[in-house]
Amino acid sequence: MIQYLQNNSDTVLAALRQHLYLALVPVLLGFVIALPVGYLGVRFPWLYHPLVNVCGVLYSIPSLALFVFLPVVLGTKILSPLNIIVALTIYTVALLARTVADGLRSVDKLVNEAATAMGYRRTRRLIDVELPVALPVILAGLRVATVANISLVSVGALIGIGGLGQLFTRGFQLFYLEPIIVGIVLSVLLAAVADLIIVLIQRAVTPWARA
Amino acid sequence: MNLSYLFDPANWDPSAAGGFPQLLLSHLWYVFLALLIGTVIALPIGLYIGHTGKGSFIAINAGNAGRSLPTLGLLMLMVTLLGLGLLPVLIALTVLVIPPILTSAYAGMRTLDRRVVDAAKGMGMRPWQVLTRVELPMALPVMMGGFRSAALQVVATATVAAAVGLGGLGRLLIDGLAVNDYSRVLAGAIVVAVLAVVLDLFLALVQRWVVSPGVSGRF
Amino acid sequence: MITFEDVVKIYPGGGTAVDHLSMELPTGKMTVLVGPSGCGKTTSLRMINRMVEPTSGRVLIDGQDVSGQDEALLRRGIGYVIQHAGLFPHRTVLDNVATVPMLLGKTRREARTASLELLERVGLPTEFAKRYPAQLSGGQQQRVGVARALAADPPVMLMDEPFSAVDPVVRAQLHTEFLRLQQDLGKTIAMVTHDIDEAIKLGDYVAILRQGGVLAQFGTPQELLDAPADEFVASFVGRDRGLRSLSFDSAADVPVVPPASSADLILEGGRPIAWRTASGDRAIAGTFTKADSLRIVTDLAISSPVGIAVRVDDNGVCDGIVRHHDLVDYLMERRAS
Repeated sequence: MIQYLQNNSDTVLAALRQHLYLALVPVLLGFVIALPVGYLGVRFPWLYHPLVNVCGVLYSIPSLALFVFLPVVLGTKILSPLNIIVALTIYTVALLARTVADGLRSVDKLVNEAATAMGYRRTRRLIDVELPVALPVILAGLRVATVANISLVSVGALIGIGGLGQLFTRGFQLFYLEPIIVGIVLSVLLAAVADLIIVLIQRAVTPWARA
Repeated sequence: MNLSYLFDPANWDPSAAGGFPQLLLSHLWYVFLALLIGTVIALPIGLYIGHTGKGSFIAINAGNAGRSLPTLGLLMLMVTLLGLGLLPVLIALTVLVIPPILTSAYAGMRTLDRRVVDAAKGMGMRPWQVLTRVELPMALPVMMGGFRSAALQVVATATVAAAVGLGGLGRLLIDGLAVNDYSRVLAGAIVVAVLAVVLDLFLALVQRWVVSPGVSGRF
Repeated sequence: MITFEDVVKIYPGGGTAVDHLSMELPTGKMTVLVGPSGCGKTTSLRMINRMVEPTSGRVLIDGQDVSGQDEALLRRGIGYVIQHAGLFPHRTVLDNVATVPMLLGKTRREARTASLELLERVGLPTEFAKRYPAQLSGGQQQRVGVARALAADPPVMLMDEPFSAVDPVVRAQLHTEFLRLQQDLGKTIAMVTHDIDEAIKLGDYVAILRQGGVLAQFGTPQELLDAPADEFVASFVGRDRGLRSLSFDSAADVPVVPPASSADLILEGGRPIAWRTASGDRAIAGTFTKADSLRIVTDLAISSPVGIAVRVDDNGVCDGIVRHHDLVDYLMERRAS
């Protein structure tokens, strides 16, 4: 195993770098999109159930199917990394929009009323009160989305762009265990580290939730 | 968008070996097998941990660990270790089914109102009666949630498993990609996506049917 | 009769929950276990139906040691009501009530018919039968909880803070209804509360426990109010215990003088109407009869502008008045004897 890593450090590092890029860019994009989308589901209550249902349908589409379907919609080449990024962004939004909506809905009505009574307008209240209070729920969703993305990227190897997934296909084709094991271990480690980082961020930004 | 493969009647012939009906059936068969074996293994463990509170950390971490396992890597590892065939793939699929079912069974048992369980005991129910008549019906929504995500996971992974020789709808994608027949790839993607959505919808209906209105709030 | 014989409960790694408790809860009466949190009242209650096993000592029901009996069968013979009712959310109100009869082997039809009658008995309209607990208010849920405990007609009932999760108005209503129910049923009841007023109002007997699970005093509410065993009991029953104790004394023997002896009382056809005061006539706020308690007489005397309580007969005709200084003399004499 060590031998394999020493001989192939360039390949492994390149795969790792691509893996990180393909997994985390969608997390950021998805988070930025999910915030307003999720908020709409709270601002307009009639939107909540349609939103949840659409998110559920999107999230249930198998990854490989979405990877090969997107080129038709986007006009991209099937080998373009954009397909993976868009697909994973869709999954992230599907998961996080609902979480954002549920998080905001879980804010105690009395807290909101108190804020309004003190003279907060809607936008300022959202930023100063509702979002912070909903943050633990939203960040819990972010952890799930991040970990899921990191493990999903590998499937992209079947269409030629899969970060660490390329180690799997190579090992499989050559009937060679080392790259597969290295790929799995690195992927799981990556997920664990990313998860840990979000937990630490959560601790730092929501000190009140620690008690 | 080239949909000629999807709408070619020859591909819908129930007796054609590579047609949609047969691929769909075998796909469902793998999904069913993995869910069955996975549930038989994970459900009792999850219920036991939830009921007794012993080994909670296993149940809590199983969900995270399961989510972070790359499915393609697991499939290829199993096949490289055990050779081509149904068994290694089925093992990989089952490994992926276990975490969500185990974690949700545990969570369902842990989050239910302990006062109600106390009342059940106090009224003279035996432990088995408390489990089957009170705890399970109350934990059902959470448990069904875990089962549904397990089902979606298996549908998706069984598709990917075509890359390591499994039959089912994934064949259309993998074989289509191999020979650059994009119409076939697209057809496979659409059918498998529809299967996933319909299966989830079906399980949602089952959930609505088996969960008491008193628990779900749909009076 | 429920008997505690030198019962001790020590939790593993924790302190003593119940410390050498011995007492008898009489048959057909309601005994309330009351005390501050950590006094072992709930632990004691739960040892009766073996939800908790004593470390040493015995608990007996009608002379039978509960520890020798099958847990489930024992519990099916004992009604059990807890705070927040603990209703099964997945079962309708009717099926909640039918639980124990069904456990005992009754058919669904038999159990449901009997349960329907019970619902009416606890003051719930029958259209509630098909609802789920989540569709009921807290007070209604608590009524279902009581009906469920009564369903198999058990001779013994255990109630753990059954009324503490509802608001004071509903609680008072439930108290009244429950007292009426118990008058009919005559169950042997052990109830736990942290509220001494509730204990005094509901209990035929009250057991006051102190921190560490020690029995401080066992007696009727009046005994506790008149003669608290120690400082702890005295402070627990409250500062106004002298006044509250009067609720247990009859007004039948209170000394009255003829209505005509007061120039301030205005009568109309023998019925009391108003007081004549320096600032004009004031309507009479209330009267008492021989069936009332001394507490009511005292209250009337001190709230009247002229310091007089008015007694009436069954027809509302005034048959005597009590002056406040006569009342005080009477109370002093009683206390002395």
